[in-house]
Amino acid sequence: MKPKNQRLVLLVVALVAVVGAVLLAMSAMRDQAAFFYAPADVERRGLPLDRAVRIGGMVRGGSIRRHPDGVTIDFVVGDETESTIPVRFTGITPDLFQENSGVVAEGRFQPDGSFVATEILAKHDENYMPPQLGPQGQHKTESLE
Amino acid sequence: MIAEGGLAALWLAASLSLLQLFLGAAALRPGGEGLLRVVRPLAVAQGVLAAIAFLALIWLFLRTDLSVQLVAANSHSAKPWLYKFAGAWGNHEGSMLLWITVLAVAGGAVALLERRLRQDTLIATLAAQAAIGLGFYAFLLFASNPFTRLSPVPVEGNGLNPLLQDPGLAFHPPTLYFGYVGISVAFSFAVGALITRDVGPAFARAMRPWVLGAWIFLTLGITAGSYWAYYELGWGGWWFWDPVENASLMPWLAATALLHSVTVLATRDGLRAWTVMLAVVAFSMSMIGTFLVRSGILTSVHAFAVDPRRGAFILILLLLYIGGALALFGLRVGTVKEGSRFDFVSREGALVVNNLLLSAILGVVFVGTLYPLAVEAVTGEKLSVGPPYFNAAAGPIALVLVAVMGVGALLRWRSDRLKALAQRLAVPILVTAAALLLVVLLVPGIRILPLLGLVLAAGVGVASLAPLWKRNLRRTPLFIWGMVVAHFGIAVTLAGMASEAAFTKETLVAASPGQIMRVGPFSVRFESVEPVAGPNWTAIEARLTASRGGGRPVALAPQARMFSTPPTPTSEAAIATVWDGQLYVAIGEPDAQGRWQLRLWWKPFVTLIWLGGGLVALGGLLALIGRLRRKSPQPRLQEALA
Repeated sequence: MKPKNQRLVLLVVALVAVVGAVLLAMSAMRDQAAFFYAPADVERRGLPLDRAVRIGGMVRGGSIRRHPDGVTIDFVVGDETESTIPVRFTGITPDLFQENSGVVAEGRFQPDGSFVATEILAKHDENYMPPQLGPQGQHKTESLE
Repeated sequence: MIAEGGLAALWLAASLSLLQLFLGAAALRPGGEGLLRVVRPLAVAQGVLAAIAFLALIWLFLRTDLSVQLVAANSHSAKPWLYKFAGAWGNHEGSMLLWITVLAVAGGAVALLERRLRQDTLIATLAAQAAIGLGFYAFLLFASNPFTRLSPVPVEGNGLNPLLQDPGLAFHPPTLYFGYVGISVAFSFAVGALITRDVGPAFARAMRPWVLGAWIFLTLGITAGSYWAYYELGWGGWWFWDPVENASLMPWLAATALLHSVTVLATRDGLRAWTVMLAVVAFSMSMIGTFLVRSGILTSVHAFAVDPRRGAFILILLLLYIGGALALFGLRVGTVKEGSRFDFVSREGALVVNNLLLSAILGVVFVGTLYPLAVEAVTGEKLSVGPPYFNAAAGPIALVLVAVMGVGALLRWRSDRLKALAQRLAVPILVTAAALLLVVLLVPGIRILPLLGLVLAAGVGVASLAPLWKRNLRRTPLFIWGMVVAHFGIAVTLAGMASEAAFTKETLVAASPGQIMRVGPFSVRFESVEPVAGPNWTAIEARLTASRGGGRPVALAPQARMFSTPPTPTSEAAIATVWDGQLYVAIGEPDAQGRWQLRLWWKPFVTLIWLGGGLVALGGLLALIGRLRRKSPQPRLQEALA
């Protein structure tokens, strides 16, 4: 093969690889990026029924209810507005999941507006607030500062 | 006094690195040759001083000197000594001090040990190293001083985040930092070679051990971090595509590409400009990794504290270094002469494909990690990109990459014939076909990615051993062994991942003591619940015994722990390892009827994931030893050993 041709072949291969990767990434991103909804967003943006999303907010006080099977719970996620989302989750909740504290859950909305969570994201320590929760959940810096 | 001594050592080291930068630059000018001899000792002294500062910090933590703010905020006198020791870098300031110490010591080691590089290239390398160090010294001294005193002195410290109270902490961050910093040394070599227009095989051979070393540490760090998350977080997963994990994966991908292209440059004098470019990219990735983890832009166990000034500082450093390196590359790439040519069907050709695919995966991970941050910064819209994206986008490319890996190692340098290759590949292809048939017949309904993973793992596992066929094993050079072991390790890891994805069985129940549960082939009896206590925690411990078929029963004791300082609940999973997998049990909450939530997993061959990672690192180590021994000045001794 002539040197000139060789460069061309390499270039074409490189281009194909890069374009392929970009297409793959874009299609995956369109289908799979989980958008984040706070309770107020549901009214504003409508129910996203076609994809998995994340929701976040505060677990309403007194809202956690256990099912007789011992591993399924219902609870209500609220934010600073009046809006709420009823959530159902089957599994072991993270160590710091409790009423009146922040939560982020991943799953799907149902047509009736409720949310079935496949996963409740853990908090790493008692100061932790999901970054998406914004000002009311500001991360505490070291308490000595 | 010790804190002040440490701070003084840090300031001195910073001034020396400034001196090293200026003298190095002056020495490269015409007429500056007289300064050449000064720069090496400077680099060594800087390394020693940084090490002294770091030892001072460790000493303060071991003594729990609460008059130092960092100790008071992150330690506690009642902690086991290992966590006092490791706690020195289990926080923002300490970990940055560790970063700079490793960097300075590595610079000293280059100055002491490097003898093959042209003198002026070495000096330029050390100057580049000093420039990197200087930014981080400034960051430490102005934005995160670890030695700040506290007044009044508190009675007791705050304690360490319980999740970090694990032997893994003692090794995980230093391992990754060795990797990041090793890459920065490789980057400095690339900058040095660009400045003195010395890009060629000699430069590649000088850079290669550092790339290899950094790559070994990154591999170990990622493997250990994955296992740590697996058993400590209690979620049963081994990789979450968390931005922090990606921050260590991206430099690894770039370093892997660099490792292969630097071999082409060192042995065949090809891919000159590309190798330099990769060194720049790899360093950029480790800087971005440091930025993601240390700026507090992500909230996770790794973001010790959030301070926007620090994030801005690291971001500016990042832009300066990457921008500077790219500008230098753009200016000087024209002077890099074209290397020697090769056919497309050749070892070089396969390595080019390897590099392209690794870069493509790197791009996918990079986009997925940074896109949500960028979108949020620009539009304020919040979205998260999770495992579905990464698996769908990076998985197929990674499978192609592994397949190319199996083929590439069997190609000859310069040029090869497809027919000859097909003969060499006959056995691996047969094995692949047999594996495909077996899996499809035995596991109907298996998903496509795990299926391809299992089949490829079998074929590539055999293909990776093929370079040893027809060789005298005792005379095979060590670096060939290294390649074979590392490639085999990749196949082993792939087998573990595919098996975990395809065959994991999960049971979730609320059980009372005495109840018997089934998970996979095991029957598990829930014996009892007991309170237990440790040095700084109390816990509820469930006792379970698992047995398979009539086999010997295995005891499992998952705990729900409550740490006292700071008061934090954590879950300690219980893991029983048998030859063909792991049984994994986590305990949840009790309910009103006295039942406990239990989550049980049977994960066949999951251990192969980390075993493979270990093999990959071992392969790197063998290659490193082989390369270092090969050029050692005692050929006789080497012959005697061989």
